[in-house]
Amino acid sequence: MASLIPGSMRPARFEETDHGESDVLEIQMGPSHPASHGTVKFNLRLDGETILDVDVEIGYLHRGFEKMCEQGTWNHCVPYADRLNYASPILNNVGFALAVEQLAGIECPERAKYIRVIGGEISRITDHLTCLGMAASEIGAISAGFYMLEAREYLYDLVEAITGARLTVTYCRLGGVVKDLPPDMRERLDFALKHTRSVMADCDRLLSRNRIFLDRMVGVGGIDAQAALDYGLTGPLLRATGVAYDVRKHAPYLLYDRFDFEVPTGANGDNYDRYMVRFREIEQSMRIIDQAMAQIPDGPVMANDPRFVLPPKQEVYNSIEGLMNHFKLVIEGQKIPAGEVYSASEGGNGELGFYLVSDGSGRPYRVRCRPPCFYAMAALPDMLRGEMIADIITTFGQINMIGGECDR
Amino acid sequence: MTPDAVLARVHTLLPTAVSAAPELARGQAVVTLPREGMVEALRTLRTDPELDLSLLSDVTVVDYRGRTPRFEVVYQLNSLAKRHRLRVKVGVPEDDTTIPSATAVWRSANWGEREAYDMFGIRFEGHPDLRRILLYPEFEGHPLRKDYPLNLRHPLVPERDPIATPWHPRTEGR
Repeated sequence: MASLIPGSMRPARFEETDHGESDVLEIQMGPSHPASHGTVKFNLRLDGETILDVDVEIGYLHRGFEKMCEQGTWNHCVPYADRLNYASPILNNVGFALAVEQLAGIECPERAKYIRVIGGEISRITDHLTCLGMAASEIGAISAGFYMLEAREYLYDLVEAITGARLTVTYCRLGGVVKDLPPDMRERLDFALKHTRSVMADCDRLLSRNRIFLDRMVGVGGIDAQAALDYGLTGPLLRATGVAYDVRKHAPYLLYDRFDFEVPTGANGDNYDRYMVRFREIEQSMRIIDQAMAQIPDGPVMANDPRFVLPPKQEVYNSIEGLMNHFKLVIEGQKIPAGEVYSASEGGNGELGFYLVSDGSGRPYRVRCRPPCFYAMAALPDMLRGEMIADIITTFGQINMIGGECDR
Repeated sequence: MTPDAVLARVHTLLPTAVSAAPELARGQAVVTLPREGMVEALRTLRTDPELDLSLLSDVTVVDYRGRTPRFEVVYQLNSLAKRHRLRVKVGVPEDDTTIPSATAVWRSANWGEREAYDMFGIRFEGHPDLRRILLYPEFEGHPLRKDYPLNLRHPLVPERDPIATPWHPRTEGR
C-alpha cells in the first residue's frame, strides 16, 4: 500500500505509525455520517480498507436521563422512559412501569397486562422493522427498506390509535395504562398485521436469498457465544450466536407464560443470523398479539390503589377526597417504601433493566437504566477487527444502536 | 434456584458476604461484599457450577450521601442456565473512591465501569481503559453524585486538534 501513495503526497494530518510493511491510516468516521443512523463516532485504525482497530465514542445524545429522573416523581419519569428507545417506546414504558410496580408491591389489572403485552409486541415489531429496513436500505436495498417503513407506518397508526401519539406515547403509569384500547381495535389490528405479513413475505423474497445481500451479511461482524456472554450481549445479538436467552422465557413477566411462542436462534452470530433472528421474531410477536387479542378480558385498565394511582378525573372534579388524593400524589409523589429492585424486561434490543432505589420519599432516589445496546456497542470493536470499512455499516446496523437508549 | 437458595449458596462460598434486609431487597437476592478480595469473590460467583453467574448485566453506583460508606457499586449478575439473578454491592468510602476492576472476570464490566467512573468518579483499579464515556474529557465533576447541582453549566471547550491531542490515546495491548 505504501508504494501506491508517494510519501510526499500523503496528507500531513494522518499520523504514520510503524506497522510492518504497510502504513496505518487513522481516520474518524462520524459523528454525523450519512451511512450510519445514530450519532456515534468511530476512530478507525486502518490498513488499506481493513480495520485493525476501532475505538467507539458514544455519548453524543446524552441528556442526563438518570439525573432528571431523580428530580421528579415516579410518574414524571415515564415520558423520559419513552425517549430511551424511540423505535419501541411502549416497551420502555412497560419496562419502567413493571420495575416501579415491583418496587411498590402492586399489580396492574388483568386487562392492562394484556394491553401492555399487545402494545409491547407492536413496539417490538416496529423496532425490528426499523432495524431491518434501515440495514437493508443502507446496503442498497432501498425498496425493501421502504416496504418495511410502510409496514411500520401501519403499526405506528395503530400505536397512535391506542396511545394518542406515534412515538412519545407515555402510555403506562404506575398501576396500569392510561386508556383502554380503541373500540375498533380488532379491525385496525387485522388491517395492520395483514399488511405487515404481506410486507414481510415480500422482503423475505427480496432479501433472504439475495446474492448481494448474502455477500454483505453472511460471515460478517461475527462473535461467538462465549465472547457474546462475556460482553453482556442480550437480545437478537446473543440469540444469533445460538444462546436462547429471552427474558420473556427466562423469567416470564406480565403474561408471557400464557402465550405459545418460540425464541428464534441463529448459529453463527454473524450479521445474517442477526437479521434472520429479528425477521423471525416479528412473526412470533404477531403470534403473541393474535393470542392476546383472543384472550383479553374486559375490566379496568388501572389498579385501584389510592396510595400510588391517580384517581379518575370524575372523582377529582366532584369529590374533595379525590381532589386531595390527586393533589397529594402530584405534589408529593408516590411514597414508595424504601427499598430497591432490579427489574428486567425484553426490550427490542435485549434485556432492558431498570434498577430503582427508593428512600421512602415521593421521588426516586436512583433510577438506573440498563440499556441493551450500550453493552452491545462495547463489543463492536471485537466484531469489526479484521473486517472491511464497508462492514461497519452492516454490523453497526444490526447492533441497532439507538442513541436515546445507549447515551441516555 | 430461588433467591433464598442463591443466598444460602453464596454464604457457603463467601463467609464475608452479608445479605440485605429482605424488605429492602423486595424478595431479590442481594449481598454486600467487602472491598478487599472482591474480585476473587466475583470470580468464585461466576465459576461456581451451582451459581453459574455467567452474565454481568450491569455495573452501576448509588450515591448514599451522608451515609458511610457513601458509595455503593452495584453488580447485577444473571445465570442463564439456572435462571436466577444475584445483586452484589460493594461499599466505597468517600475519602478513598477506588475499587478493584471486575474487567478480568467479565468483559462487560469494561464499559459499565467506565460509565460509573464518568458519572460518579469511582476509580476502578486495574481497568484497562478508564476514560470518560458519555461525557467529554474536559468535563469537570461527576454529575450523578448527589452534591452535583442540577443547573450547573459548563463552558464551551475549544475544539480539539486531532494531531496535538490524538483521539485514539490507547497504545498498550493492541
